[in-house]
Amino acid sequence: MLPARFDYVAASSVEEAIAAKAEGGDEARILAGGQSLLPMMKLRFATPSKLVDINRIAGLDAIRSHNGHLHVGALVRHADIAASGAVSGAVASAAPWIADPLVRNLGTMCGSVAHCDPEGDWNSVLLATGAEVVAQGPSGRRTIDIGDFVQDFFTNSLAEDEMVVALHIPVPSGRSGGSYQKLERKVGDYATVGVATHLELADDGTISAAGVAMTSVAPINRKATDAEALLVGNAPSAELFAEAGEAAAAAADPRDDVRGSARWKRRVVAAFTQRALAAAAEQAQS
Amino acid sequence: MEITININGTDHTADVEPRRLLVDHIRTGAGLTGTHIGCDTTSCGVCTVLVDGTPVKSCTMLAVQADGREVTTVEGLKSADGLHPVQQAFSDEHGLQCGFCTPAMMLVGAALIDENPAPSDDEVRWAISGNLCRCTGYMNIVKAIQAAAAAASSNGDS
Amino acid sequence: MTDTTTTPPEIGGIGHSVKRVEDARLIEGQGNFLDDISLPGMLHMALVRSPVAHARINGIDSDAAMAVDGVLAVVTGELMAAHNLAWMPTLSGDTQAVLATDKVRYQGQEVAAVIATDPYAAADGAELVDVDYEMLDAITTPQQSLAEGAELIRDEKEGQTDNLAYTWETGDEAATEAAFASADRVVSLTTHYPRSHPSPLETCGIVADVNSVTGQATIYMTSQAPHAHRTLFALVAGLPEQNIRIISPDIGGGFGNKVPIYPGYVVATAASLLIGQPVKWVETRTGNLISTGFGRDYYMTGELALTNEGRIQAMRVDMLSDQGAFYSDAQPTRYRAGLFHVCTGSYDFPHAHIKCRGAFTNKAPGGVAYRCSFRITEASYLIERLMQTAADELGIDPAELRLRNFIQPEQFPYETATGFVYDSGDYPTALRKALDAAGYEELRAEQAAAREEGRLVGIGIAHFTEAVGAGPAHTYDIAGLKMIDSAELRVHPTGKAILKLGVKTQGQGHETTFAQIVAEETGIPATDIKVIHGDTDDTPYGLGTYASRSTPVGGAATAMVARKIADKARHIAAHLLEAAPEDIERSADKFHVAGSPDQSVTIQDAAFAAYTNLPEGMEYGLEDVTYYNPPNLTFPYGSYVVVVDVDPDTGVWKVRRMVALDDCGVRINPMIVEGQIHGGLTEGFAMSSMQWITFDDDGNCIGSNFMDYLIPTAWETPRFELLETVTPSPHHPIGAKGIGESATVGSPAAFVNAVIDAVAHLGVRNIDMPVLPDRVWEAIDSAGG
Ligand SMILES: Cc1cc2nc3c(=O)[nH]c(=O)nc-3n(C[C@H](O)[C@H](O)[C@H](O)COP(=O)(O)OP(=O)(O)OC[C@H]3O[C@@H](n4cnc5c(N)ncnc54)[C@H](O)[C@@H]3O)c2cc1C
Ligand code: FES
Ligand code: FES
Repeated sequence: MLPARFDYVAASSVEEAIAAKAEGGDEARILAGGQSLLPMMKLRFATPSKLVDINRIAGLDAIRSHNGHLHVGALVRHADIAASGAVSGAVASAAPWIADPLVRNLGTMCGSVAHCDPEGDWNSVLLATGAEVVAQGPSGRRTIDIGDFVQDFFTNSLAEDEMVVALHIPVPSGRSGGSYQKLERKVGDYATVGVATHLELADDGTISAAGVAMTSVAPINRKATDAEALLVGNAPSAELFAEAGEAAAAAADPRDDVRGSARWKRRVVAAFTQRALAAAAEQAQS
Repeated sequence: MEITININGTDHTADVEPRRLLVDHIRTGAGLTGTHIGCDTTSCGVCTVLVDGTPVKSCTMLAVQADGREVTTVEGLKSADGLHPVQQAFSDEHGLQCGFCTPAMMLVGAALIDENPAPSDDEVRWAISGNLCRCTGYMNIVKAIQAAAAAASSNGDS
Repeated sequence: MTDTTTTPPEIGGIGHSVKRVEDARLIEGQGNFLDDISLPGMLHMALVRSPVAHARINGIDSDAAMAVDGVLAVVTGELMAAHNLAWMPTLSGDTQAVLATDKVRYQGQEVAAVIATDPYAAADGAELVDVDYEMLDAITTPQQSLAEGAELIRDEKEGQTDNLAYTWETGDEAATEAAFASADRVVSLTTHYPRSHPSPLETCGIVADVNSVTGQATIYMTSQAPHAHRTLFALVAGLPEQNIRIISPDIGGGFGNKVPIYPGYVVATAASLLIGQPVKWVETRTGNLISTGFGRDYYMTGELALTNEGRIQAMRVDMLSDQGAFYSDAQPTRYRAGLFHVCTGSYDFPHAHIKCRGAFTNKAPGGVAYRCSFRITEASYLIERLMQTAADELGIDPAELRLRNFIQPEQFPYETATGFVYDSGDYPTALRKALDAAGYEELRAEQAAAREEGRLVGIGIAHFTEAVGAGPAHTYDIAGLKMIDSAELRVHPTGKAILKLGVKTQGQGHETTFAQIVAEETGIPATDIKVIHGDTDDTPYGLGTYASRSTPVGGAATAMVARKIADKARHIAAHLLEAAPEDIERSADKFHVAGSPDQSVTIQDAAFAAYTNLPEGMEYGLEDVTYYNPPNLTFPYGSYVVVVDVDPDTGVWKVRRMVALDDCGVRINPMIVEGQIHGGLTEGFAMSSMQWITFDDDGNCIGSNFMDYLIPTAWETPRFELLETVTPSPHHPIGAKGIGESATVGSPAAFVNAVIDAVAHLGVRNIDMPVLPDRVWEAIDSAGG
């Protein structure tokens, strides 16, 4: 279980990384935390011809609130997020449940988002919060809505000569809250079911914006749009959240597998949606 | 590719293939076999080392990525003053049986008590949850790390 | 805690929690594990394994692999066949392919081996070996396998016309049937004990160093049984046994995984012989999980005949085991299903009848005793789950039902319905003590109140009796080798000693506890005794460490050899004290003349005299060796109580408390005993909650790495509360019974019973292991809860 041969470049700037990657074509890969890529290479599921290591690029490790959003640089590790005072809501709630403590010390949020593993947790959080991906290519930067960025499982919408340099996660100015509920069989396990929620409250206490997205229960991380629509304009209540839970369960498309039956996973989606919404509302109201 | 890694305070320079995993470099390149290998999927944590003080799985890092960095392995825990408090505590509290997971557990424990001088049972369990042990049921590992924390604090080490 | 010490702490005999000797090297990273061994000129081997479960091999092309830089050889079945090594005998009288020649019969089967100068090159080569497979249908369950018209898996085996691996039955069928016919109540349970894998954190491996000039084969190997392996190597490979030296270095856990001989060992040895250089092979984790010794995989139907008051009259079991492609159970009894017939458990009833069959399937062979004695885990699980079922069906509290049926203390030695003679025990005291510690009455009250609020709380009980320490030569052997074990004690002139063992530690602390036994029996401080084990050139013969046999057999041998030494020392002391040997008494650290304690010499004085100043006619030296043939097995037992909370919305359950009382007789080192129990309970929890190997319909193994084969971390693992009673084994020299495995054997039923207890009022009677949340939820849902 050892990787095949490849060329290695340690880039010292984003420009250098993009150029090196473009040179390598579709066989070249960015190496961030390496916590998804290296395991795949060891199993020889991935055999890139070239790795462009971005870990030595200065300035990519920033995590800060800025212009109404949280900016997360490409070298911000899961552990940095878990430890950061700048994060709240679903982001803060999900961070401790990514992988295990050692993997969190290396794995990056941007790498996880770029990886587009349908069992990855972060993309649900980003879908629920309506985040944007900041990509850089030879002609500069562009922002991509997370919904457009995630194309398919293990497929994002980056061009060959682009990389993710940051994520922008909205931080609402008013009352808001969010939560991530994850059923994992043990620490280090990917989600059997994950549900991310995000709620914003209007002055009258009704829900002005809602995000609900699910992990591991569809071919890609999926937004539960019907559930979101149900929530907006209504006052938070146990009944409303139960209804939204049913809507999310209906939107899920889980499979029977070793983790459990599809029927059961839908019930977990319903229960977790309800719980994650209750937690989000409680935060928003406090 | 030529790299220099400071392992346990000593610079090791070597020419390595980019694909060489840090764990293999430590074990066969530097000849420090206290760092073990237990799985193929970044799951077990017996390969844990500290890179610039942070515990990571050395089977999921390339040796070339550690170029210019400081790596601490189990062989580097002991100092001129003797055993590190976690080493003493693992023995005192029977925190090891076969000893295969032990170097990793001690390194994670050492990193934890550097940050948290009095970790609770839950905090220790959380911190070592990237590391498997098949023998001890973790009870005495938790005890050992807590005892080490107490010993380190009373020595004024932290 | 019961104090059983008779020696002061400086001597550190039995009952002292002496700190472990082995720790010093392990905490400094100075252990010497198999993969740490590096010899000059050493080559590396990687195995090519079958990606499919059942296929004919039409050809193997190794040209591309041979072209890889650093690759020296590709070994195939054809080459092995040329040396008559393509097949090898199993521990159960079957044969097993070393490298497949005709067919592959399970996913992960060894097909070829690549030998290279470095592990990376070996991996590159293995990737390029091109095997032409012609697919065959895979048979993935024993039920399919035994069905009419199923394809023959073992078509190479002479006389094999179906997929039946064995049949076996025991007990009195007629008496059992009669008891069932007249019973007030019959309770039945059908359940599967799933396939599991010991997966110690260190995988298996070998460094084979065969010197083509001298013929000396030095084999470093992760072996729980180095001596038995030496003999088997001699028999299989035809090497002269005096030229084989097996060294089992520090072992990173065994749990039964390192008992069998695996194809990789044989191929690496053959490769070293052919190439003339040392060859190292270290299994990948996937290789470990998909091809080496699994445990369990028993489909069981158990029935109890009871009176209305809950008195058991008889037990009947029908059992079908999934053996995989080769029948290679690592078990040394003359019974086909190991000690499964200990399934009558801790209960007093006259009749039992057990029928077993085993079937070949397209799965890895194995059947190792995963942290247990040969099939006792399955047996213990069945009876303890049946007790829960009976309690639920009859409406009797499960603790009360057990108390009504226990073998009583005065009934020991007690012969069970299937012929075991239990040596000792006090079951009611053990159970009552565990229940009291758990606060059983209050828990039942809380459970009732919780149900009113729609919360689910469960209280699970298991009271197991284990049979360990194989074993008496009349019944137990491996390939004819009787299951005795040995110890050799050499006391040097300065009174320091070396103890050499036939058994081999894998983390149990033999270097510490066996020295304590010698300390107890001779008065030599434990810290003055070096324990040597694992090197066949340097230790007396033994059958190895598994099935909790080290203490019952090797520990007894140690006590006996130490007694021989103490006796000789007593004679020497008599000579030094100018008294008659009959008048010499031994205290913890001295020999003295009876009645005058001041007239004494120490064991150290006697040791020096053994080489300097002996009585007439006595041979010089203070050394001896003992081979111990135990008169019976030992029967550790315990009472476990588990409390769980079940989330009705998701089926997720959490252990709130786990109270474990163990009676393993005399505890040599209480600290180490408790460590063994913690570890065993954790594996029991793992099996009941998450740890299993399953297969899809094509025979693909699900559970082939640690992302899918789940081992609990510290976060999931419950906290354990330990209790003890001490009922010494009457036939063991120091009254010890063995502890390494009790908790793995006893605890799964306690965890599962707890979950069942939480939902029994809804009508749920069984959920197979692992008790996954979806299974719990489905059970609640289909019970209409
Ligand atoms: C044992 C284990 C358990 C895990 N459990 C979980 C879990 O529960 N939940 C979860 O969400 N994840 C889990 N992960 C995955 C982990 O979160 C990874 O860290 C993450 O998926 C990838 O981030 P990385 O920085 O490690 O990326 P890498 O592994 O370096 O890269 C992953 C992919 O993304 C590409 N990439 C990386 N960075 C960029 C970039 N800036 N721009 C463009 N492309 C880029 C790479 O080329 C590669 O294709 C687990 C991993 C392990 C080993
Ligand atoms: S070897 Fe298992 S995590 Fe590194
Ligand atoms: S002590 Fe053996 S794996 Fe932890």
